[in-house]
Amino acid sequence: MNTEAVPGLVAVLAVTVATVAIGTWGLRFSRTTSDFFVASRTVRPGLNASAIGGEYLSAASFLGIAGLLLVGGADMLWYPVGWTAGYLVLLVLVAAPLRRSGAYTLPDFAEARLGSAWVRAASSLLVVGVGWLYLVPQFKGAGITLESAIGAPEWVGPVIVGLVVLVNVMSGGMRSITFVQAFQYWLKLTAILVPAMVLLVVWWGDGRPAGSSAGDAWSVPVAGDGSIGLYSTYSLIIALFLGTMGLPHVVVRFYTNPDGRGARRTTLAVLALLGLFYVWPPVYAALGRVYGDDLVSDGHADVLVLELPRLMVEGIGGELLTGLVTAGAFAAFLSTASGLAIAVSGVLTQDVTSRLVGERGTRDPGGSIATAFRLAAAVAVVVPLLVALVVGEVGVAESVGLAFAVAASTFCPLLVLGIWWRGLTDAGALAGLAAGGLGAGGAAVLNLAGVNASGWTGALLAQPAAWSVPLAFAVMVLVSLATASRAPAHAQRFLVRLHTPETLGAERS
Amino acid sequence: MTERVRVTGPPRHTIAGRTSSRLGDVHEQTELGDVYLRSLLREQLGLALTVLVTITLVLGSLPLVFHLWPGLADVDVAGLPVVWIGLGVLVYPFLLLLGWRYVRSVERNERDFAELVKGSGSAPRDGEE
Repeated sequence: MNTEAVPGLVAVLAVTVATVAIGTWGLRFSRTTSDFFVASRTVRPGLNASAIGGEYLSAASFLGIAGLLLVGGADMLWYPVGWTAGYLVLLVLVAAPLRRSGAYTLPDFAEARLGSAWVRAASSLLVVGVGWLYLVPQFKGAGITLESAIGAPEWVGPVIVGLVVLVNVMSGGMRSITFVQAFQYWLKLTAILVPAMVLLVVWWGDGRPAGSSAGDAWSVPVAGDGSIGLYSTYSLIIALFLGTMGLPHVVVRFYTNPDGRGARRTTLAVLALLGLFYVWPPVYAALGRVYGDDLVSDGHADVLVLELPRLMVEGIGGELLTGLVTAGAFAAFLSTASGLAIAVSGVLTQDVTSRLVGERGTRDPGGSIATAFRLAAAVAVVVPLLVALVVGEVGVAESVGLAFAVAASTFCPLLVLGIWWRGLTDAGALAGLAAGGLGAGGAAVLNLAGVNASGWTGALLAQPAAWSVPLAFAVMVLVSLATASRAPAHAQRFLVRLHTPETLGAERS
Repeated sequence: MTERVRVTGPPRHTIAGRTSSRLGDVHEQTELGDVYLRSLLREQLGLALTVLVTITLVLGSLPLVFHLWPGLADVDVAGLPVVWIGLGVLVYPFLLLLGWRYVRSVERNERDFAELVKGSGSAPRDGEE
């Protein structure tokens, strides 16, 4: 280790200490079962939106996008645009009804809507699957970042992130993690915005040099390769626009709003916060075109955000900025991993560990439900941590993209049809989840296993959403129509509840 | 004049799972309530579809347009490529504006629905049972 590692080390330590401190402070507020799962549904839109932003802006957003833009050009802009537009789709299709459903988790929603233990089990399986598919690259990315920032061995990053997440999740559940996540959004925004401003001033002072190889396809927002590129771009757009609503760590946040109106306001604030953040990665990419040629030729474009301050500013200034961006990157791993761990633990608690530990519903944090939650949190973190340590190279962006594709092919049709169509049946839901899950999930597994087909086969496997999402919708609708007699008797009443404002209920009770 | 008689059905508090109703069972069990709900659902879905169609047309058309006319990539505005201005910056206020307008309309619908339900047929309820 040399002096270059000092700012990175200080940054990582500071973020870790702040995270644990805020999490422990939040512990004072966690008393009941509801606190552990959904922070007793009392989180106000401003705080909740910051928490969602903090949770959502993962390593892929903080580091990945700038690097992808630098190398790939404008067609990679669909990643940040899709991650933001996904919230608009979520807002108009599911936000308020999801909150009004009154369920704790996605499987709760599925069971309450369809009254089927089988659909519940399938949803639980998918939540854990999508969550782990998303957690592995977070751990992997943490290892790569610490390796590049402070020269630590690759296993250090995943282990530190895993431990901090575990301590936070186990100690306070959702309530304490809400404060941590909200803090981390503002940390990440500062960490990307301040260096970008400084670097822009430096670039201006240098006489505004133009980027290197101008005039190529850098400004074309569609992938190359003719019609295959067009398919891949559209498939990516579908996965990102529709996948957001099905991500377990996003969905669980909507249950922490006080009511449906609060859920909408939260989503609106999230749109603003994400836009405020995503304006900046392209700035790094554009400056990287001017100053970062070496990074591209060395194949280190993924650490562009971490390296650019050092390349452009010499001395203590550059070191300070490096420390700041390292802190932001580390916060990104911690917050996303915490959110996913909470979501997976919530589902594991309800469906697995509470049955092992004993009766659920105890209102005492020392009681069985808290024990069950802590046990579930350990499983939720340790399994993907071990996978991350064991497996070889996992592309961070690819793996995250596949998690979106699986979510878009399973929970998106389940939520949309469950909320808007009273004809959905348990058999239809199950068949659709199976079709979408096996289709997109199968493609994901083949990809991660290193199957590398070329041409159309490769494109269909690498970006499955364009065929797997319509397939899941079609199967869900057709099987529901064929089994129309199985439509749950309470579907009508359930839809009333999802779509009517809470004030009507409040006045009666 | 004949005497007015209040006609009531048996209380129906059959709650399946955790799906206890928030809206009075008076509304949801009657055909009138069904009509109200259908119209609310249709209006809310219409608003949602308006937003979805808008982003599909505005954003979804871009890859195709640039696939067909790659020359557009060289168009600059104030020294910056138009794609980077549009998809890098302007898209976010655009999405926010769509969302803000949607929330305003959808909440107005819900208010209207609440007033419609409160003001019609079923006004004296709980206190008199």
